[in-house]
Amino acid sequence: MRAIQYAAPTSVADAVALLQQFGSRARVLAGGTDLIVQMREYACEVDVVVDAKKIPDLSRIELSAEAGLTLGAAVPCYQIYGHAEISAAYPGLTDSASIIGGTAIQGRASIGGNLCNSGPAADSIPTLIAYGAVANIAGPGGLRQTPVEAFCTAPGRNVLQPGEILVSIHLPAQKARSGARYLRFIPRNEMDIAEVGVGAWVQLDAAGSHIEAARIGLGAVGPTPIFASAAGESLAGKAVGSEALAEASALAEAAASPITDMRGTAEHRRHLVGVLTRRALTGAIERARA
Amino acid sequence: MSQSLISGRAAVSATVNGEETSFLCEPRESLLEVLRDRLGLTGAKEGCNNGNCGACTVMMDGRLVNSCCVLGVEAEGSSVTTVEGLGSPAGLSPLQQAFLQGAALQCGICTPGFLVAAQALLEKNPNPTEHEIRFWLAGNLCRCTGYDKIVRSVQATAAQLRGEA
Repeated sequence: MRAIQYAAPTSVADAVALLQQFGSRARVLAGGTDLIVQMREYACEVDVVVDAKKIPDLSRIELSAEAGLTLGAAVPCYQIYGHAEISAAYPGLTDSASIIGGTAIQGRASIGGNLCNSGPAADSIPTLIAYGAVANIAGPGGLRQTPVEAFCTAPGRNVLQPGEILVSIHLPAQKARSGARYLRFIPRNEMDIAEVGVGAWVQLDAAGSHIEAARIGLGAVGPTPIFASAAGESLAGKAVGSEALAEASALAEAAASPITDMRGTAEHRRHLVGVLTRRALTGAIERARA
Repeated sequence: MSQSLISGRAAVSATVNGEETSFLCEPRESLLEVLRDRLGLTGAKEGCNNGNCGACTVMMDGRLVNSCCVLGVEAEGSSVTTVEGLGSPAGLSPLQQAFLQGAALQCGICTPGFLVAAQALLEKNPNPTEHEIRFWLAGNLCRCTGYDKIVRSVQATAAQLRGEA
């Protein structure tokens, strides 16, 4: 690895000042499981690493029934699936956090880092899209918010400008009769990169028989994670049943633009989008009814 | 602001295998490089150097990490346990003993990582299922022994620690 400089600021303002000073030569370090590898393999030229883990706002978990979940961008995966209240309120997030890498990766890797790395196959992003999560970004001009579905712009690229840092991710408060599920297909039994990933969120009516609203996020079937809005919207007002799920799955397939690579063919990926959308919706509905 | 930037060598203090330790390292050095090249703890191995193989697995502040994906300077104030902290040549840990008896190693490159990772599992879950063991150890790759003997050795240790064997 080339020589770098390292700083561990203790406030968002100090981090922003550093990021502003060094511009595109500076990168934020959370768990490092992507960044350190990229620096070592010269995939990105970095002079200054800004360690975010000493900044309280980025390591904080705020959870309440009224306000929802605000997840500090540097909170590692193990703290999410080890958190009983998060697992109860946001089980879809737990699905993602417990399959990003293996155990040792989860000891460091964060959801915020997964989002900022902006990989097309990132396991947390379809889930965040399904939940309608919002990215809280700090920069020289103050704070701004971006819906997660608008965050990634290309493989490895996103809306963050030089000087900006992702502070936290906010997931809306969950009402009764809501549920979410993330599923992925991988060639290995565990610890692999998704050939396809699907996150689904549903809000059922009080009786649990009809879908009031649904959101679906797709991973690894386009240059960025995809918000399959038409698939989710097709479910609004529909009775829970195979007919509605089949229609939504077909619309999700239509929203995908997969390629053929070492993990699968475009045809197989599109087929998997349909299968996983149906299964993820089924899982989300089961959780909403539980 | 720039005063807080570390550019050259930094002095880092950490607890390594229970002993308070200080070392100098450059920001670009990984924790794995620090352990091996500066502290002489060559148990943790460099396999892939990108977080896939688990040969460099150590415990850091109670969590498993790939030490190749940690910067040495990040270890300031932390507590690190390597395979050297599990047992000694004269006093192997129950898990190390089980790996020997179960022939759960051949070339041995992956073994320190498996031992540290499996030890962490057993401390968290004294009665893991085979599936739980395989899932927990999915980030540790072995290319010669095969996983069955490793899994059986972890199961044997778990049974022993529960007083069943």
